[in-house]
Amino acid sequence: MTLDLEHREALPRHDNQNPDLFGQTPSQTVGPYFHYGLPWKGGADLLGQSEIGPRLDLVPPEHFVLNNAHGSGMPQGEAIEIKGVVLDADGAPVPDAMIEIWQANAAGRYNGDADMREDVPLDPHFIGFGRAAASAEGIYHFRTVRPGRVPGPGNTLQAPHVAVSVFGRGLLKRLATRLYFADGEGLDMDPILSLVPETRRHTLLAQKRDDGAWWFPIHLSGAHETVFFDL
Amino acid sequence: MNGLLQFAREDRGFPPSLFPDYRATVARSPREALVHMPQTLTEVTGPGPVWDKLMGPAIHDLTTQHKGAPLGQRIIVFGRVLDENARPVPNTIVEVWQANAAGRYIHRKDDWDAPIDPNFTGAGHVISDAEGNYRFISIRPGAYPWGNHKNAWRPAHIHFSLLGPAFATRLVTQMYFPDDPLIDIDPIANAVPLPYRDRMVSQLDMATTTPNWALAYRFDIVLRGKNQTPFEE
Repeated sequence: MTLDLEHREALPRHDNQNPDLFGQTPSQTVGPYFHYGLPWKGGADLLGQSEIGPRLDLVPPEHFVLNNAHGSGMPQGEAIEIKGVVLDADGAPVPDAMIEIWQANAAGRYNGDADMREDVPLDPHFIGFGRAAASAEGIYHFRTVRPGRVPGPGNTLQAPHVAVSVFGRGLLKRLATRLYFADGEGLDMDPILSLVPETRRHTLLAQKRDDGAWWFPIHLSGAHETVFFDL
Repeated sequence: MNGLLQFAREDRGFPPSLFPDYRATVARSPREALVHMPQTLTEVTGPGPVWDKLMGPAIHDLTTQHKGAPLGQRIIVFGRVLDENARPVPNTIVEVWQANAAGRYIHRKDDWDAPIDPNFTGAGHVISDAEGNYRFISIRPGAYPWGNHKNAWRPAHIHFSLLGPAFATRLVTQMYFPDDPLIDIDPIANAVPLPYRDRMVSQLDMATTTPNWALAYRFDIVLRGKNQTPFEE
């Protein structure tokens, strides 16, 4: 820590409307108190079947003003569970983390305007975006479908994957990573995985556990640090 | 996939993940270099205009969520969501959350002894309009102490969360107030070097103020923009 933190003096300042300053708004941490502002009920259930997502133990009930989302029907494809623990450099769980996912549907189509491939079907019951607050033990939990394959750069085909964003107290900006399935088709040929040093690729592979869930631990730092991407 | 449009990378105003003055970053930031990757269809897409199905109906007035009016100074917080080419980002979700006028969050883990306001939750979300405009009514949040170092105080701020058009444009930030000397001694704000730090400072906007009712603060949010030239393999 810088020694003068307690003695710094304030200076005069500009503001957001100064044209010389125009550019990307910088990132700041979500802090520890995002639970009544971001993760809604059902946010972590992309199947629309349950209320998982928020931490209701951290918000007085009369102050939970966020949505309670219900699906319009069961999406197509293989329903799966994704779980993991968020750990810091010392291996301690991170209870004030928030995880978001973005993925294609079972057919490999994104439910977003920029995916214009009309030959691959949309699923009216699947959006593909989810948000989960970590538990007191640092564990996050999603219910979703196993995504199909989507094209990569050139004529490549990407292995099935889920884009993951990590937020939390102490994270000044979003950390972006990817979840691949350990038994996924095309892992050897995946154009993004091949950019990752071979010794670290395992950090991106979710493993199927005995309870059927895909386990994807996120090591923010430390000996098993997860691969994070500059994208 | 040749010629897939790419979003610009984060610019020099982005903070590092590791900023030791903000102590919690030390054990929670990666030490390995980030792996540089091209944006694929995964990164250039994002949920379309389906916000009702996700975050639910808009909540733009944070002062009318309970039986009575919250304590504190009513304010209008508004602005535009733009990309860095100064084009509006329409139909995108803007989520906010904040402390009450005394600097206390309605959160079980906030144990500072400033009073809770039963009439104030401090959470809302709206969709930007066709020109990228958004607008909230709230109360001005208070500063509050935190445990980072001796006599550490966070400047008053409102948390903002935006998705923008793609996974690549995801942004969580904080809006500060223009008359707050705590900004320049705050380790979280200071993780962003000057002059970029000032991009997070709102402007008092007398033209948008409602006389005898509320002051107005303008806060434009600028997301990563599409590169002018498509990425080629």
